[in-house]
Amino acid sequence: MPEITIDGRRVTVREQTSVAAAILQAGVSSFRRSVTGEPRAALCGMGICYECRVTIDGEPHALSCQTLCVDGMVVETT
Amino acid sequence: MKIVIVGAGPAGLAAARSAAEGVARSGADVTLIDGNHSTGGQIWRGGGAPEIETGVATLLNTRVASPDLLTFDKLILATGARELFLPFPGWTLPGVFGAGGLQALVKEGLDVRNKRVVVAGTGPLLLAVAHYLKTHGADIRLIAEQAPWSKLIRFGAALPSRKWLEALRLWNPCFSPSTWVTEAQGTTHVKSVSAGGKKIPCDYLAIGYGLVPNTELPQLMKVDPCALDEYQRTSNPAIFCAGEVTGIGGVDLSIVEGSIAGYAAAGDVEKARAFFVQRDRWKRFGTALAEAFALRPELAQLARPDTFVCRCEDVTYQELVAKASWREAKIHSRCGMGPCQGRVCGPAVEFLFGWKPDSVRPPLFPTPSGSFSMIGNEPQ
Repeated sequence: MPEITIDGRRVTVREQTSVAAAILQAGVSSFRRSVTGEPRAALCGMGICYECRVTIDGEPHALSCQTLCVDGMVVETT
Repeated sequence: MKIVIVGAGPAGLAAARSAAEGVARSGADVTLIDGNHSTGGQIWRGGGAPEIETGVATLLNTRVASPDLLTFDKLILATGARELFLPFPGWTLPGVFGAGGLQALVKEGLDVRNKRVVVAGTGPLLLAVAHYLKTHGADIRLIAEQAPWSKLIRFGAALPSRKWLEALRLWNPCFSPSTWVTEAQGTTHVKSVSAGGKKIPCDYLAIGYGLVPNTELPQLMKVDPCALDEYQRTSNPAIFCAGEVTGIGGVDLSIVEGSIAGYAAAGDVEKARAFFVQRDRWKRFGTALAEAFALRPELAQLARPDTFVCRCEDVTYQELVAKASWREAKIHSRCGMGPCQGRVCGPAVEFLFGWKPDSVRPPLFPTPSGSFSMIGNEPQ
């Protein structure tokens, strides 16, 4: 089972878990801050709304709902 | 001959199957492109999609931001649909998801055991989602369907028996017609919602007001996915459209349209014609769907002056209400100009203010600048 790091915390997830599901599962409710500073989280779950953007392995604005967890992945929310 | 299919949901998969069968003798090649990491589209996300035929090349994790890099003899656009979201106070809170959105997250690993969930919006998807979440351990507190019983009964009477059995299997006593969510409460996460004059504590709200066809790519290619000939062909004889992009009609219609488009693109018109009767039947289902689940005008009154309508650029209702058009709203407020490119707020402002969508321009998705350097340098 893949082990990933979310905001410095290590979590183990089942195979075929999306990063968005892993973030919610880890109890993190804010994926990103909106342009006025509101906490936001995944909405559409299918890569349309861009609310689930996080930094994955250093790449900003990655769509967490469209990305599957891979062992060693580092995820940062804001 | 090269047949390219964009979208690997029910319509795209059916198109790939029939195109591969149709061209098997001629040795043509069929390529299926999808932005997701797996085939199946949204309905078969996380499993259930039919196997890909041999002879079909699949290109996953690939979004078509512009048709410039597509080379084809025949192109089938099966870009599907997205959920319709309508703004109401609290809809931007974490814990508020699309109805299909929450289901997608559960399919991909979110554990909803003992979570209190309110499912709301409109359409047959609500019962299906509630059933799915319940079987995964969720505590469904309410299913708020905005349509009234009278319309639902009329819709039910027109359903084929197979759909009736499905509805019975999915039935949930929390189902409440003529009910809609007027507000979600919470500070950093949803804590409760107001619906039907009651406040209902919950951990998640799953809300969707039906589906919106993803017409951006056909629009960019200057074809109308609603103006097709009997073979699903657009005004450009090389381009076909199939599935929800042509209008919302459900999975059965999508499969039939995909089959017709695939055979027709491969030149096997006789096999395509064999599906015409089925298509007529499922089109009637689509019409009944639109009538039964038409949105009530009260839903356009939920947003308050300070409610965000555009979530990408945080544009409020009061910034938009006095504007004359989508164009004017964009120029003055940046509404619809964020990363989702108006895919969420566009259909919402059409319902709220009657604004028609503006023109579509490439790239259709936020695209890394490096991708542009490939244009003109693509491998042959």
